[in-house]
Amino acid sequence: MSETAVHAETPRDSGPAPTYEGVDTARPPRWRLALRWETALVAILLLTLLIGSNGSARFFTGTTFFFAGLNIGEIAIMALPLLMIVLIGEIDLSVAAMLALSGAVMGVLWQSGTSFGVAVAAALVTGLVGGALNGYLIAYLGLPSIAVTIGSLTLFRGIAQIILPNPTTTPFPTEVATLGVLPIPGTQVPYSIAVFTVLAVATATFVHATPSGRSLYAIGLQPEAAEFAGIRVTRVRFELFVLSGLVCSLAGVLFALKNSSASYSAGFGLELTVVAVVLFGGVSIFGGRGTVAGVVLSLAIVAVLQQALTQQQVQAEVQNIVTGGLLLASVLVPNAAAAGRRVRTALRGRGRPAPPPPTPAPTP
Amino acid sequence: MTATLPRPTPAGSTRTPVGARLGGLLRARETGIALLIVVVFVAATVKNDAFASANSIQQLLLGASLIALLTVGQTMVIVTRNVDLSVGSVVGISAYVVGMTFRDHPGTPILLGFVVGIAVGAFFGAVNGAVVTLFRVPSLVVTLAGLYVIRGLDGLLVDGVIINPQSIPRGFQRIGFETVLGVPVLFLLVLVVVLVAAYAMRSFRSARDLYAIGSNPDAAELAGIPTQKRVFTAFLVSGSLAGLTGALFVALFAQVDVTAGRGYEFLVVAAVVVGGVAIFGGSGTVIGAALAAVLLNTIDQALVSSRISGFWTDAIAGALLLAAIAFDRSLSLRIARKLRTQEGAHRDV
Amino acid sequence: MATAAPHDPLLVLDRAEKSFGAVRALVDGSITLYPGEAHALLGENGAGKSTLVKILAGVHQPDAGSLVVGGAPVVFAGPSDARDAGVSIIYQEPTLFPDLTVAENIYMGRQPTVAGRRIDRRAMNAAAREVFARLGVVLDPSRPARGLSVADQQIVEIAKALSLNARVLVMDEPTAALTGVEVRRLFDVMETLRAEGAAVMFISHRLEEVYASCQRVTIMRDGRFVRTAPIDEVTVDEIIRSMVGRDLDALFPKTTTEPGQVVLDVDGMSEDGVFSDISFQVRRGEIVALAGLVGAGRSEVARAVFGIDPRTTGTVSVLGEVLPAHRPRAAMAAGIALVPEDRRQQGLVMDLPIDQNMALASLGRLATGGLLRRSAERKLAADWARRLQLKFGRLGNPASTLSGGNQQKVVLGKWLSRDPQLLIIDEPTRGIDVGTKAEVHRIIDSLVAAGMAVLMISSELPEVLGMADRVLVLHEGRITAELSRADADEDSIMRAASGLTSGATA
Repeated sequence: MSETAVHAETPRDSGPAPTYEGVDTARPPRWRLALRWETALVAILLLTLLIGSNGSARFFTGTTFFFAGLNIGEIAIMALPLLMIVLIGEIDLSVAAMLALSGAVMGVLWQSGTSFGVAVAAALVTGLVGGALNGYLIAYLGLPSIAVTIGSLTLFRGIAQIILPNPTTTPFPTEVATLGVLPIPGTQVPYSIAVFTVLAVATATFVHATPSGRSLYAIGLQPEAAEFAGIRVTRVRFELFVLSGLVCSLAGVLFALKNSSASYSAGFGLELTVVAVVLFGGVSIFGGRGTVAGVVLSLAIVAVLQQALTQQQVQAEVQNIVTGGLLLASVLVPNAAAAGRRVRTALRGRGRPAPPPPTPAPTP
Repeated sequence: MTATLPRPTPAGSTRTPVGARLGGLLRARETGIALLIVVVFVAATVKNDAFASANSIQQLLLGASLIALLTVGQTMVIVTRNVDLSVGSVVGISAYVVGMTFRDHPGTPILLGFVVGIAVGAFFGAVNGAVVTLFRVPSLVVTLAGLYVIRGLDGLLVDGVIINPQSIPRGFQRIGFETVLGVPVLFLLVLVVVLVAAYAMRSFRSARDLYAIGSNPDAAELAGIPTQKRVFTAFLVSGSLAGLTGALFVALFAQVDVTAGRGYEFLVVAAVVVGGVAIFGGSGTVIGAALAAVLLNTIDQALVSSRISGFWTDAIAGALLLAAIAFDRSLSLRIARKLRTQEGAHRDV
Repeated sequence: MATAAPHDPLLVLDRAEKSFGAVRALVDGSITLYPGEAHALLGENGAGKSTLVKILAGVHQPDAGSLVVGGAPVVFAGPSDARDAGVSIIYQEPTLFPDLTVAENIYMGRQPTVAGRRIDRRAMNAAAREVFARLGVVLDPSRPARGLSVADQQIVEIAKALSLNARVLVMDEPTAALTGVEVRRLFDVMETLRAEGAAVMFISHRLEEVYASCQRVTIMRDGRFVRTAPIDEVTVDEIIRSMVGRDLDALFPKTTTEPGQVVLDVDGMSEDGVFSDISFQVRRGEIVALAGLVGAGRSEVARAVFGIDPRTTGTVSVLGEVLPAHRPRAAMAAGIALVPEDRRQQGLVMDLPIDQNMALASLGRLATGGLLRRSAERKLAADWARRLQLKFGRLGNPASTLSGGNQQKVVLGKWLSRDPQLLIIDEPTRGIDVGTKAEVHRIIDSLVAAGMAVLMISSELPEVLGMADRVLVLHEGRITAELSRADADEDSIMRAASGLTSGATA
């Protein structure tokens, strides 16, 4: 028995210092994993472009991209604050309901003769208030965000239904109504995508290049440690939900302009699409992992895919299947790799000294 | 309390009353919801006495039945610290498959309709459960993906062709509108499932395992509970019941299109949470969740009947949900504070 | 299972080994337990005690060595194997299901059933009540486990072991979080179990408890078995020498400095149910230690000073500037740094890279025009990694890849890079290997020599005695003694920590 003990370890392994080998087998650096997923997203994007161009000779035209952008615009805008909320380990399911509510506020005020500017301002204030409600309940009362925002999604859409039982019929002023349906003059870029681009650059800068952005990752990975490092975790949580409310209300205004009408049912069910896009972009549902680039790529894939499938007259149903399949793949693929690694480590472990030998131990 | 025991020690005895009260309050959740149903019912009847008519009550019960049935499976899943967002889509696809079976094979026995619905649901439940347990990925993501994939499959299947009442056997439709002693058959069926599930969740070891898993997953593992197997079973049951709900959907509406079951996932989760099931698992009862489904539907119907506006329903449901979780939280905080000051007092002795 | 004769051992673990990657947690884990004995397992943190316990629990499978229970060799593939063999483990952190009732916690997975495999609640509650009666405690079996004190949770765990007819009961630091009354009750319970012929093994850092309640001790050091002896044949000094393996003085560097200006002034600080009327000062160039039993409120005091936890009354000032309560950022701005107790949860974001962890408390200073400068971040990390002699692979690797001691250096670097006036350090060397431990001590000593004020919390008496210039002893949330370096010894500290007035003699 003691012989076994002697051969158990090579002397090289003694001592407290972690060897390079120990470091490397532990886990590859985070950025490398992230990079890998984003590389995969780029490949998928190229693939979807290929599918699109194969199906239709007129795929690579400005119009295609205009409509792709127009369709994804509001989803894309709402995905940005949601990305940050998921980064800190929370979730906001009320995004689409806020889109509807703010649109409804704007529509009601506009229909009752308020000036357009005031109507828009009121819509944005609605977003702030709704976001603050979510934020207060989640950050200061400590309620689980998934339950709170399922509640507020019902509440927001419910209020929209009360104040605006029927879709508005009064057309918005022509000079702004065209913003919703026409590209920026001289380009094929819809206004919503222009807004998204500005917000995306701002979000990317904030998340990846500022102290506060860095703290989002710390909060998502280990809120207690973040607190001990002097990060105001509660306040950050609150502010992100307020921001989400505000940005979603902006999306609500754009959505109403695009449809030339506000309706309480605007964007029904869209919250899950937004969540799916963010998760597909490689943002971990547990928080602390994910990049703006990943989400932007994910949005581009979904937009191009929708357009390609629509042009090829593939049913919307297939788009659902593809969306769901991609989302599933986004969690399964990294996990399958981890599972594989676990198996390999286990196999390597076999080479080590065996567990206790079956020979009976000498009696003391 | 435990007065019969010898040698009482101060440490145990000072804390027991709080514990007893905590248990009492938790049990009171079902009572509270039942009372709220009565209050809403009485108020609506005062406003419009037609609300208490047999027909109105039947509508009330029927309207709540489908969601109440879904809360059973969802409760089992949420109790294990998971969630099943795919139930709405599963209801949709199993409803359509049941309808299709009747349409394409006239003369299919009624019972087979249920078997088909449950089988379809069980299949998707098993897939959800397998992916969640084998790959150890968060159920929120898996079932969200499931929601889309299954909805897509449903759409392909439907392909614009609506199943209409002519295709559904009269006998099957009868389940949707027939009554026994004035009580809708469909409601009775759901009631039986709810009661059986409630009994099982209290009385069987494997069901208690579900609570243990949600309450402390690591301890469950240490206690030798087959956690992955139990979680799989919870998803399987949730899927099967969603399939049964799909069959009942056909019986109730006798018409199925691609929108069947759409949006149910949030209604169900909302009812479950209002019903006192903790969203992070470990506690809550099937009865509470099912009663909450009835409550939400009663409010809905009461508003319509009182001609206030049916549009208020969602807003009230949302506010109620927020109030319910805020209430739960303040309750647990108050108990925690009470315990702490008691311990503080105990220290000074 | 074969019935063992009275003097046959119940359990023999012989030369068990266990490695995790490159770390050899256990080199020679050996222990023998006889029926009816209470056996203490002693050793410093990192001596391999917990690994040994986890092998007995079936959680870890040893790489080598043998285990004999009740005369028959066994191999535990998992926790349930250990349980079936009659070995029950009570972990430091009780593993209860807070939402389930006390009785259900005891009988989880083996609830008494009646016809149709239904759980018989009444029988289950009655059985639980019976077990509690055997233990001589009162607990309502039908109440939920949530809200039970740690002591009562342990009672539930012991009741579980008893109901399993466990013949070997292993407890990992059972008394660490208990008050005096609760400790006495626990030892009464242990006595009951012993009288029934069970073997009780427990880990403790409180030698007086060991002397009061054990028949034999086994001492471990650096993952190795050192010796087993009847308790009345070893002195405290011998035990400590066996545990530490060298002279105490050699371990702790101590530069004598003249305490200067008052840096931290705490006056009349209280928080209901946590601590009350805490007043003390820390000066430049001195180490003040907060000693006391776990649960006496030491960490809570430190956290309230730093502002992580609230405080209701009293003032805290740094260099004359009064700090607002519950505002860590204000404390940081005033020059306080806190190296917290729980490195993995509070000190580090384990999945973030080493450099980002080091920079986490200085992000504001590393930004220009609101943008974080990565180069400055990396430079800060590289700088402090060198100054603290950090052993690492790449600074871009997650902090989780480091050993415990090197993780602690990252936390130190994170705070020292802010150039603090006052360093609060909670359990500076918990879970750190002996070599790095001495390094951490040297680092602290050199900081103090350079004029920093240090408030240190430690559960390890040798560390308190070796490092501190003054010792404040807490007992149940109050300061019960202030001892100078000359007056402080094991006896005076333990006396004050147990709430005995320093004048009284036992």
